[in-house]
Amino acid sequence: MTTAARSGTDTELIAHLLRRAGFGATWEELQAAGDLGYQGTLDLLFNPGDPESMPQDIIRRYHPDQSITQIAPSSGSVWMYRMSTTKTPFEEKIALFWHRIFATGQTKLIQGKVMLTQIEMFRQFGLGSFRDLLVQLSQNPAMILWLDNQDNHKGNINENYGREILELFAMGVGNYSEEDIKECSRAFTGWTIANMPYMSIKMRNNTLRPYGYVAWQYQFDADDHDDGEKTFLGETGNFNGDDIIDIICKNPATPRFIARHLYHHFIADELPVPQWPFEGPKDPEAIELMVDAYFANDYSIGAMLRAVFESDMFKSEATQYARIKSPVELVVGTLRLAGGFDWPTADIFKATAACGFMGQALLAPVSVEGWMGGDDWISTGSMVQRINFASATVGDPTKKGIKSIIDQISDRHPRGLVTPKALVDECLELAGSLRVEDETKEGIVTYAREQGDIDPRTDDGVDKIVSVLQLIVSTREYQLV
Amino acid sequence: MALRWRPVAMDGRDNPDIYGDPNVQMEETMAEQREKVLVIVQLSGGNDYLNCIVPWEDPMYQDVRSGIRITEEDVIPLDNGLGLNPGMGAFKELYDQDRVAIIHGIGYPTPSRSHFRSMDIWHTATPDRVGDEGWLGQAVRQLDPTGSNVVTAVNFGNGLPRALAAPGVPVASVGDLDDYGLLTGMSGAAQREKALAAFSRIYTPGVGSGMVMDYLGKTGLDALKGADILKQAPKMYESTVEYPDNSIAKALKGVAQVHFANLGTRVFYTTSGGWDTHTNEISLQRGLWEEVSTGLRAFFQDLEEHDLGPEVTVLVFSEFGRRVKDNGNGTDHGSGGVSFVIGDSVKGGHYSEYPSLDVGRLIEGDLQYNFDFRGLYTDLLEDWLDLDAREIVGGNFEKISPFAVAV
Repeated sequence: MTTAARSGTDTELIAHLLRRAGFGATWEELQAAGDLGYQGTLDLLFNPGDPESMPQDIIRRYHPDQSITQIAPSSGSVWMYRMSTTKTPFEEKIALFWHRIFATGQTKLIQGKVMLTQIEMFRQFGLGSFRDLLVQLSQNPAMILWLDNQDNHKGNINENYGREILELFAMGVGNYSEEDIKECSRAFTGWTIANMPYMSIKMRNNTLRPYGYVAWQYQFDADDHDDGEKTFLGETGNFNGDDIIDIICKNPATPRFIARHLYHHFIADELPVPQWPFEGPKDPEAIELMVDAYFANDYSIGAMLRAVFESDMFKSEATQYARIKSPVELVVGTLRLAGGFDWPTADIFKATAACGFMGQALLAPVSVEGWMGGDDWISTGSMVQRINFASATVGDPTKKGIKSIIDQISDRHPRGLVTPKALVDECLELAGSLRVEDETKEGIVTYAREQGDIDPRTDDGVDKIVSVLQLIVSTREYQLV
Repeated sequence: MALRWRPVAMDGRDNPDIYGDPNVQMEETMAEQREKVLVIVQLSGGNDYLNCIVPWEDPMYQDVRSGIRITEEDVIPLDNGLGLNPGMGAFKELYDQDRVAIIHGIGYPTPSRSHFRSMDIWHTATPDRVGDEGWLGQAVRQLDPTGSNVVTAVNFGNGLPRALAAPGVPVASVGDLDDYGLLTGMSGAAQREKALAAFSRIYTPGVGSGMVMDYLGKTGLDALKGADILKQAPKMYESTVEYPDNSIAKALKGVAQVHFANLGTRVFYTTSGGWDTHTNEISLQRGLWEEVSTGLRAFFQDLEEHDLGPEVTVLVFSEFGRRVKDNGNGTDHGSGGVSFVIGDSVKGGHYSEYPSLDVGRLIEGDLQYNFDFRGLYTDLLEDWLDLDAREIVGGNFEKISPFAVAV
């Protein structure tokens, strides 16, 4: 077996791209991507094929809970299956990005179906025009009920959605007035759910009978829409919600706000969002690059990201390992490293719950602000969860991803014995071309040396290799992406 | 003065050379209280003041809350023309025991109606700029300047509230106390021990490895230490008290376990979520108060059973009250709210005043706050934890003195 012929830096760069645009690549996936090169891999991200993730009918046959998805761990697990088995992880990364910003929680909605419909909408529209996305969002049943727009009536506004679309979803504090919020809310009156009185009874009763949940549908109620004149961000007219979205999208504050979120999610950790009105972005040039791409490409989010991934800034040393992995990135990345799932298993619940314990419960953000990210992910409590989940997951040599790593090492050392240093180097490479600091590597090599002779052909040798992998996913570097 | 923290399982309690005669020392422990402890219960989302402490006899209340009023049949009458939310039955018991100080009209100047910002203001005690350190993080730094005890502050829940965040201050954040430790998935005790030793080596920050790596290193090592200490607590816990089955009660039980284990924890943090009652408020708020009230009742029963009540004070707060006029089925974000200070050392009753519901006295449809929360923080920091409050809250603020004089 020959090792990769391609230059280390090239593979490392592709590994960096696939960690950011996905959840990291296995050694096999990196070999395939290496054939395409960086640009070819990037092009493929934007023209993905079939996700080939675990089919829904198979999942449902084994999980009755996944048909009704009444509780968040069930619907969260639907998504967890998709993320950990898909061939097109970029789509999931985008959906995750919007879920963090347009944070909607099943905790309030009770229904899992509408939550999953919202996530599907993020997959479909998440890389397109921000205008289309905001229209979809404003008409999204889960969002309407999450922020109570069904209670936003002509003559009696509920300003929850009107406020958050400006503050949290599109522009950020400081770019509009309290009056703009009221006018914006008026424009979204009548954007509601069909047959709301019945649906609210169903929601309140929280009952599955007789036919389970009826998925909510968006409806525009012209009678309840306030068609009067409004003044919003300096423009006056008989605005409806679409007009408000047009005004939001052409305002330069909007792409700057979204670009900063993209930066935070795909490039490097930013300050927590509440500090943004007071502190400028870390890298104003990167923001401008994205803002230009936004205006030059009909508000396209995909164009903003493509500009980033093609930039030298993204490929630079300083950008690699510059973000703290979110819990979902850590959990899904580790599951995929261990080989994902071939078949439905109750382990999926553990993985979904683990994200929650680390501070990122899927489909159940603590509040409408979503998650702050960055340093905020790291506390003594979350470190315990992160390290324990990752080390337990790679600790099973029967998982196909782990088995494949052990087989590789075994193939490379036909005479059995592996030196501690070679073992650590190969584990790092086979776990997705990971890089750790010299001191860290020395620490792991010392540990490997303490294990005595390591022969990958024996059970004892396998145990020892596995424990080295466990230590690798417990390092500080593994917390970074 | 109360005794400093010692690791319980490995201390030299029986060694007179180190701690003096154990019998004498035991008497001292019994006679003198332990160091005082502050427990936070955060109600995330904005607890509606008007339907929590209900001015049910006030005709103005009946007017503004035509849609979601707590009716005479449902209200739990208190005194002064006020009543409690029907979910607060267990809370009423604590009030009747003179353990609850109700702090009316609490808030801060130029209120923010954003959850984000308002919670941040409460967490950092800096309404006029964005604070970078949590008020309790700073308190912990004063309590333990060298960070020698990594469990001086313990948070129950996922992630870390900003109130506890301050550079260099370790805080243990515990999801589940019963299963707390590192590298639990490693097979074999010997291998795990070696791996933990390796972990400790590779987390020790190297020279110039950068801020994030240093932060990860310190947090990892603190987690390792904290886990070793905290895993003692559930093993030592015995109680006849049954806590209700909900997440805030479970967190309060964890507080009791760690407090009883005497690990030197001075600040505990717990959170109850879901208070953002824009819609379906009557049933949501009642259910949430039932959880919090019964959880607190069990917690105080537990403290009483262990004779450890007087050194514990609980602060219950929310980031804001809600709008005076309802929206038909719920209430929108408002300002001016209510906080509670609860404990055996508390002088129960009403503090500050209920703000007027008179339309002319409202600010943009919201209650005019009449007591700055930084004053309450000053009470808790100075008179409970014996700390210097001025630096933490950024100045001098009027206090309300909720504690009985004998404390």
